[in-house]
Amino acid sequence: MRVELAPIAPELLLVGAAILVLLGGVLPRRPDPLAHLAISLAGVAGAATASVLLWSRGGAAALGGMVAVDRFGVVARLLLLGVAALALVLAHHTLARDGELRPEVPALVLFATAGMTLLAVAADLVTAFVALEVLSLSLYVLTGSSRRLASIEGAMKYFLLGAFSTAFFLYGVAMAYGATGTTSLGGIARALAGRTETPVIALVAMALLAVWFGFKVSAAPFHMWTPDAYQGAPTAVTAFMSAGTKVAAFAALLRVLDVALQPLGWDWAPVVAALAAVSVVVGSVLAIAQTDVKRMLAYSSVAHAGFVLIGVTAPGAPGIDAALFYLLAYALMIVGAFGVVALVSQGERGTSLEDYAGLYRRSPALAGLLSVFLLSLAGVPPTAGFIAKVSVFRAAVEAGYGWLALVGVLASVAAAFFYIRLMVFLYMREPTGDREPDPAPLPRLVLAIPAVGTLLLGVLPGLVTDVLGKAAVLRW
Amino acid sequence: MTRWLTLVTFLPLVGVAVLLVGRGLPPRAARWVALAVSLATFVVSLGMLGRFDPAVADFQMVEEAWWVRSIGLRYLLGVDGVSLWMVVLTTFLVPIAVLASWNVEDRPRLFMACLLALETGMVGSFLALDLLLFFLFFEAILFPMYLVIGVWGSERRIYAAVKFFLFTMFGSAFLLVAILVLHARSGALPGGPTFDIRAMAELDLPIATARLLFLAFLVAFAVKVPLFPLHTWLPDAHTEAPTAGSVILAAILLKVGAYGLIRFNLGLFPEASRAFAGPVVALALVGIVYGGVVAIVQRDLKRLVAYSSVSHLGFVVLGTFVFTGPALAGGVLQMVNHGLSTGALFLLVGMIYERTHTRDLARMGGLWSTAPLLVGAFLFVALSSIGLPGLNNFVGEFLVILGAVGRSPVVGAVAASGVVLAAVYLLWAFQRMATGPTPPEHRGYPDLSLREWLVLAPVLAAILAIGVYPKVVLDRIEPTTRRVLSGVGATPVVVPTAPLAVVEEEP
Repeated sequence: MRVELAPIAPELLLVGAAILVLLGGVLPRRPDPLAHLAISLAGVAGAATASVLLWSRGGAAALGGMVAVDRFGVVARLLLLGVAALALVLAHHTLARDGELRPEVPALVLFATAGMTLLAVAADLVTAFVALEVLSLSLYVLTGSSRRLASIEGAMKYFLLGAFSTAFFLYGVAMAYGATGTTSLGGIARALAGRTETPVIALVAMALLAVWFGFKVSAAPFHMWTPDAYQGAPTAVTAFMSAGTKVAAFAALLRVLDVALQPLGWDWAPVVAALAAVSVVVGSVLAIAQTDVKRMLAYSSVAHAGFVLIGVTAPGAPGIDAALFYLLAYALMIVGAFGVVALVSQGERGTSLEDYAGLYRRSPALAGLLSVFLLSLAGVPPTAGFIAKVSVFRAAVEAGYGWLALVGVLASVAAAFFYIRLMVFLYMREPTGDREPDPAPLPRLVLAIPAVGTLLLGVLPGLVTDVLGKAAVLRW
Repeated sequence: MTRWLTLVTFLPLVGVAVLLVGRGLPPRAARWVALAVSLATFVVSLGMLGRFDPAVADFQMVEEAWWVRSIGLRYLLGVDGVSLWMVVLTTFLVPIAVLASWNVEDRPRLFMACLLALETGMVGSFLALDLLLFFLFFEAILFPMYLVIGVWGSERRIYAAVKFFLFTMFGSAFLLVAILVLHARSGALPGGPTFDIRAMAELDLPIATARLLFLAFLVAFAVKVPLFPLHTWLPDAHTEAPTAGSVILAAILLKVGAYGLIRFNLGLFPEASRAFAGPVVALALVGIVYGGVVAIVQRDLKRLVAYSSVSHLGFVVLGTFVFTGPALAGGVLQMVNHGLSTGALFLLVGMIYERTHTRDLARMGGLWSTAPLLVGAFLFVALSSIGLPGLNNFVGEFLVILGAVGRSPVVGAVAASGVVLAAVYLLWAFQRMATGPTPPEHRGYPDLSLREWLVLAPVLAAILAIGVYPKVVLDRIEPTTRRVLSGVGATPVVVPTAPLAVVEEEP
């Protein structure tokens, strides 16, 4: 049997680049961080090319049914790779500035990215588990990669709760195997579709997997680790994991729900709806009480997980389409928002709201960038966030979840309050203290990419909707 | 073929782009750019007015293109007799607001960019025929207005700005869900799911659904109008906003709400409109009286004008929901009139404040002897606002009351009390401000400057023109309001007399 490696070429390239970076940190007498960045970016670019090449390849799954080869996977991978590229540049700049740049950081980012992309194409629960471990372990270390106490505390909480949730996942996989005799997503679906009566054990598997997904996408009430980990991690890492983990975990969630558990649609949709409602409300309400920008964005990411889940309640292509667009928009704006935070709060100090007072006077460019991201997070047109919210609400209404859309819209009003409050500080308060934002021009140019993307997708979402529409079909 | 509607909607955005990109632009140049762009937009809107065919009741100059196919969003603009005057009012007042803000020294580039962005949002809201597109423009207004209030306002500006933002977001939350539900229901139409309001009007909804959706739309627009008891954001926002912000808020933004009631509530939910007309009329009457009474007791001149808006907008809502020809036409005319009169009042309050540095009526007095022309202009506008025959408000309010009497004499009588209240609060305010001895600190103010004349003269001229010859405006409003009314299908009533040749009630 000939083993074909093309379906996992992106992951192989990423891991290869990561190993090169690690070697590059040890072997030369004077390691050059810039070379590490170049190798990492080359690895990401190679992985992106390898992913694009998979676009026109049909077929269900490769490597003995372990890895899916479909357009959904290509889009999810590209999105993750884009996030990784932005995060690598940001991390390189901000960590070098704060004197905490080590070759392990880009290497771990690459390993984590490989785990994320693999999770997004996992066609078997075992592959998903492997990918998950690669991604999680890298992220635990990245979270704790700073010398600050908060960083280590965040990593510890993330690790303990993460390990706990992994147990739920494994238990869920075992139950699914018990119910259907297979761990392949397509196999589970076929086994379940043949039954007239849903076995209880399959429902238990669904519940256990839901807990794990809830943890990974930080949906309430499984979000407890999020604020601490997001606040503690170096901000560039926060940007990476807030966007990356969410995209990867949602990609896997969509595969599990719309492929493996598709025959149980009537059973899981209410569960997803309940998780979504709790998340948007809890995330928005708790974010209002925050006085730290990173914690505020962390709670808002709980709410955004809820918004994506609102789209997921619609089974099949409409829900996948809406969720994908939301993830794309979310990735752009959250990477951008944390990116600005990384530049304003040098050395991880000064992340309180007060430290953003009068940012417009100090740096109109950073204030402008942050405004674009905040408006998009709040869902104000003409930004991608607006179109994204309309898409998920529309999908939910058409799936018969009008009440959920109403809850979501009301929560986004509450959420608007804290985004707007931050903007009050940006424009309407006078600067306090003498801390200046990072003056370097390069990271601003890098952050202009998500900003332009956010506006462009807000005005011309048609640029990507065709691609997303083609990617929104999951076959098995 | 000239795309008049696209041009009038997006021309201000060109100015926004220039102002935001041109970082080295000196403040003087920023003002001139804003003035030039807004004047050019006004000229384009006159071109649109010239092409408008008064005989056609339906939408004209329709422009149609797909925008986002995947969510069914279309770029669909069109103008009829109701939106026509709203657009012209907007493009007329924005240059005036720019000129009135000539002295803004704090970040003038951003300020002017906000005014122009507002213009695009407002004009787009009036012209959009696609519900989602309307919502997009409607929401896009929020942020620039929020900045205008929050950055350039007076002491309690941040409180007022956040309150404004949250109230409006709260209202539009219901609107968005209602729009999406309507869209989902529109799958039953022959053309498939759509946001096109012309197609949606044909939709046959179950009564209960239609009534719920009507209420959702009502909440969104009632916040904007504002209809009692959702008006509490208005006095704060108007009082704290800078002059140009108050003018735009009062003169145009409130009209987006009133316009929404006519266009969407009446247009999409005729049965529900009839069913809820009673309560809405009652709220409008409460607003008329309450706004007037509260305005009487205000000591802050700007707050007084703000509360007078609550009262005046009550007339518009009343005219919309009594379903008679004169009342609806008068309501639409009143939207224009209120924009002119209250806009002018806020301009004058701003000019008075620039001199006295107080808005407290108790600390003013004797301004007539120091600045007679300024005070004279104030009296002129106040009389127009009270409804003096020969000036604009008289025509609109008369038509509304006439139409209301045709439906119910009691309603007409209560509404008429609003006119009396207006006389009380405005003339009393005038008396406290203008007459009596001049306090020593208020002596020696300059009278109107040339720039201030330029700001006021066009508005005063328009007030007089509509008062003397409203036919030009009414001729273009009426075919559309007749169409809207026949769509609602309320039982026609015979209105006692038709004092103006153009106002005819169908038997």
